[in-house]
Amino acid sequence: MNFFLLSVLKAAVVAFVLLTTLAYLQWVERKVIAHIQVRMGPYRVGPHGLLQPLADVIKLITKEELIPPHVNKFMYLLAPFLAVTMALVSISVIPFGTEIHVFGTPTWMQLTDLNVGLLFILAVSSMGVYGIALGGWASNNKYSLLGGLRSSAQMISYELPLSIAIASPLLLVNTLSLREIVQAQTGSIIHWNILRWPAPQIVSFLVFLIAGFAETNRVPFDLPEAENELVAGFHTEYSSMKFAAFFMAEYANMVTVSCMTAILFLGGWQPLFSPAWGSNFVPTLIFTAGGLIAIYHGLNPARKLDRITLPVTGVVFLLVGALFLVPAAQNALIPLFWFAAKVGAVLFLYIWVRGTLPRFRYDQLMRFAWKVLFPVALANLLVTGLVVALW
Amino acid sequence: MMDALFFYLFATLVLGGAILTVTRRNAVHSAISLIVSLIGVAGLYLLQQAEFLFAVQIVLYVGGIMVLFLFVIMLVNLDQAAKQRRFNRQWWIALLCVTAVGVEIAYFVRKGASAFSMARPPVAAVANAGGNTEQIADVLFRQYLLPFEIASVLLLVAVVGSVVMAKKRI
Amino acid sequence: MSQYYSTNEAFALTPALTLALFGCWILVFDFLFANSKQKRYFALVVVAGLIFAGVGLYRQQAFLATSGDSSIIAFSGALTIDRFALYFNWVFELATLIVALVSYNYLEIEGEHHGEYYALLLFAQCGMFFLAAGTDLVTLFIGLELMALCFYVMVGFLRGDKRSNEAAIKYLLLGAFSSGFLVYGFSIMYGLAGSTRLTDVAAAIAARPAWDPLVFLAMTTTAVGLLFKISAAPFHMWAPDAYEGAPTTITAYLSVASKAASFAFLLRIFLGPLAPARDAWEPLLAAVAILTMTIGNLAAISQTNIKRLLAYSSISHAGYMLLGLIAGNDTGIQGIAVYVMVYAFMNLGAFLVVIALRRKNIIGDDVDDMAGLMYRSPGYAVLMLIFLLSLAGIPPTAGFLGKYYIFLSLIETHHYLLAVIATLYVAVAIYYYFRIVKTMFVGELTEKAPLATSFGLRVALGITGVLTLAVGVYPEPVLRLAQNSFLR
Repeated sequence: MNFFLLSVLKAAVVAFVLLTTLAYLQWVERKVIAHIQVRMGPYRVGPHGLLQPLADVIKLITKEELIPPHVNKFMYLLAPFLAVTMALVSISVIPFGTEIHVFGTPTWMQLTDLNVGLLFILAVSSMGVYGIALGGWASNNKYSLLGGLRSSAQMISYELPLSIAIASPLLLVNTLSLREIVQAQTGSIIHWNILRWPAPQIVSFLVFLIAGFAETNRVPFDLPEAENELVAGFHTEYSSMKFAAFFMAEYANMVTVSCMTAILFLGGWQPLFSPAWGSNFVPTLIFTAGGLIAIYHGLNPARKLDRITLPVTGVVFLLVGALFLVPAAQNALIPLFWFAAKVGAVLFLYIWVRGTLPRFRYDQLMRFAWKVLFPVALANLLVTGLVVALW
Repeated sequence: MMDALFFYLFATLVLGGAILTVTRRNAVHSAISLIVSLIGVAGLYLLQQAEFLFAVQIVLYVGGIMVLFLFVIMLVNLDQAAKQRRFNRQWWIALLCVTAVGVEIAYFVRKGASAFSMARPPVAAVANAGGNTEQIADVLFRQYLLPFEIASVLLLVAVVGSVVMAKKRI
Repeated sequence: MSQYYSTNEAFALTPALTLALFGCWILVFDFLFANSKQKRYFALVVVAGLIFAGVGLYRQQAFLATSGDSSIIAFSGALTIDRFALYFNWVFELATLIVALVSYNYLEIEGEHHGEYYALLLFAQCGMFFLAAGTDLVTLFIGLELMALCFYVMVGFLRGDKRSNEAAIKYLLLGAFSSGFLVYGFSIMYGLAGSTRLTDVAAAIAARPAWDPLVFLAMTTTAVGLLFKISAAPFHMWAPDAYEGAPTTITAYLSVASKAASFAFLLRIFLGPLAPARDAWEPLLAAVAILTMTIGNLAAISQTNIKRLLAYSSISHAGYMLLGLIAGNDTGIQGIAVYVMVYAFMNLGAFLVVIALRRKNIIGDDVDDMAGLMYRSPGYAVLMLIFLLSLAGIPPTAGFLGKYYIFLSLIETHHYLLAVIATLYVAVAIYYYFRIVKTMFVGELTEKAPLATSFGLRVALGITGVLTLAVGVYPEPVLRLAQNSFLR
């Protein structure tokens, strides 16, 4: 199969998976928040509300397209487009797994590997600020403008600790290519950058995570859309699909930051411990356990419907677990499993934090960035540099 | 062929953006044109296979400096500024000067074009032939170590100076 | 690690490192401890920094004297400590020392006494060090920007004063513009040589014909940037406004140290890489020099503000110094060296008297504020007379010495017309300098408030006054130093 076709195929698969993930991330978030607050969450559309994302999409598409008369039309229309494009583009350099063979052609589970991949992501995400800033300005609404200004100031401020936090693991791996960064962390958990000898990057991991929350405008840094002060912030004047674009951009950014966390600090697709110690059986074990639990609850149903849905889910889980044992599929699936597990864990953390923490005040947010996060990241970089140089 | 096409594309971005920057009346539009121009420059870097410079150009200029520009522009009252008398009535004189200087430079460069011995990479960089990032690091920390270090003092002065100028009470 | 760094590099860099370190210390101490009363001690810290830097310079000088090497080359040719660089660095040391001594009292009167000022003084001198010692286009440029950036801030340091703000903005905008020209010229030189080291650029330019268009383009654009910095006409517009608006201490510093550093830079470029293209730049610089002397001297006649007057006079002095470069023989180059040194202390001295005139609620920078100074503080009046005589170039003061060598070199190289013009303008200069003298000695005493003196000011005046007279009477040491430094 030639290179071009393969690339198109990979792009299609990645785009499909990413967009589905984005849609379902919203569902997962609502569910998790609901359980944190001891509620059920979406439950009406489909079993356990599983078709809720679809309903949402239909709702957003069919809503009235409204362009307020006082806006700067060009910028107003450009802004959401810019935001969502920049958010989606960064996925193109993220490696999901090792080299696989598609119809006999070797290829990597990654759209493309730039030798400055990390900088590329930084560049693209820094351009995403324009979507929000311009959207806020073009709406010609004071709430929007304030939201846009807040977000651009916040993103610029947190980009500094974020970049510096990235720099310290780079000192350990000596490359800017995301694929090579992951390859440098081969082995078990003690080879991941977060625990790597001689300079464990726990501090820069935490800084990166916190700055990542701010970069994606998530709670507790969601001041650009603080509804009790700014109505809805920069997207107050946006409706229907243009609103959805901003929404998607936020979730896509979340996914990107989670992927970056996994790649930079958590060893990307590398397993928790060496395959020699049986790490290849972990996915099977987890899925089997999940399947068995589902079947058990299906046999002792709390509701009528569970009698059917839970056993079906359990069987599906068992089948997936069995799939991980097939040698031919292992090569592709196991790295993918580990990568997805790590990204999922970070995403869960995002949602967890949203359900737990209150919002910062704006001056606290800025002070925190410049007076705490930035010096800490800088000190960490200094120490890492020294250790790496002297070791 | 492909390279030439992209070159002209990016060159158009650079020049078009630059011209729009000085001709637009609305400051936000000017800033956006400048961003387009800077992206064009980044594209030219990419054509020269200087990926590192490309990324840094975008991160610093497009993603950093220009956002702050926009930030400031959005904070000031543009309607008022647009009504004020502007100091560019003599733009046609400026245009004349620019044309004259441009023709002069074009003439000089054309007459002496053969003299340029650009893009002769340092021997050390060729020897270990890493990527663009490695080459830049190599040159920066060997050949240009001193300017690199002075730049740190320069930046310190810039920070201190801007705080001194801007802060009410120091 | 050691492959990037050696003791040789550290040795060459000591003065600059010391200056930068002391600057950082001042910033830290200012932030942590100093209350408004204690800020005056930062002047002492500056002096300490200068002493340590001076020790570094002295050790380098001693090393050059004993080892017999002509220079210490560090950072693979980006930095060259030769006698030329050391000579200029002594001028900077002197200028910074004097400015630091008089600053604390002046800033307290102005009500803008901040530690950053002293740090910026040291950082500026750090930039000047690289201007004098750099032998790489990038090093030189960054050194220039470091110095210029400090000056932009210091010129606008009186933040409540509209004139100071205006001066800073004008200087910043025009300075940035001229830097653009400079970089453009540098980029062409880099294109020609494929390297930024001055030696490589010199080799590349020497390999081309003297009237090569590209060399000409590089030369003119570089010259624009450099001539701006030494405030030569037609790029002098910023100088009167910047000089008038800046705090007077900074005006003094700007007119002396910045000009000396820019001259060091100019000489490095024009006697280094651009030397082969002398046929191309000589007429150009001659025209600039004549224009500079004309504008400087003629415009100075009608000034009523003494800072503006001294600004125009300093413009005309730049013209005289350029003449030495046009003559281009050893006498001329030594003439520039002597002129730079002499100009440093006589011009500083003149500004010191203006600084003493600034008191609480009295701005004191009009020529009329000098009226009757003789009857109130005869010491200051006499010192001012000496400085003005020296600026005019009348023996037995030091200023005569500088002008003498410049004129001698012009005659030696048969530039008779230039010599005649320059001499004529000396007559004009005498006219406007004596206008001040007349006001001081004949004018009616209008302002009775005592002058603002301080220990530092008296010491500084003493140093400059003694030097102005002593060098005029017994020039031997300065001449020998200049000869040693500029022998090529």
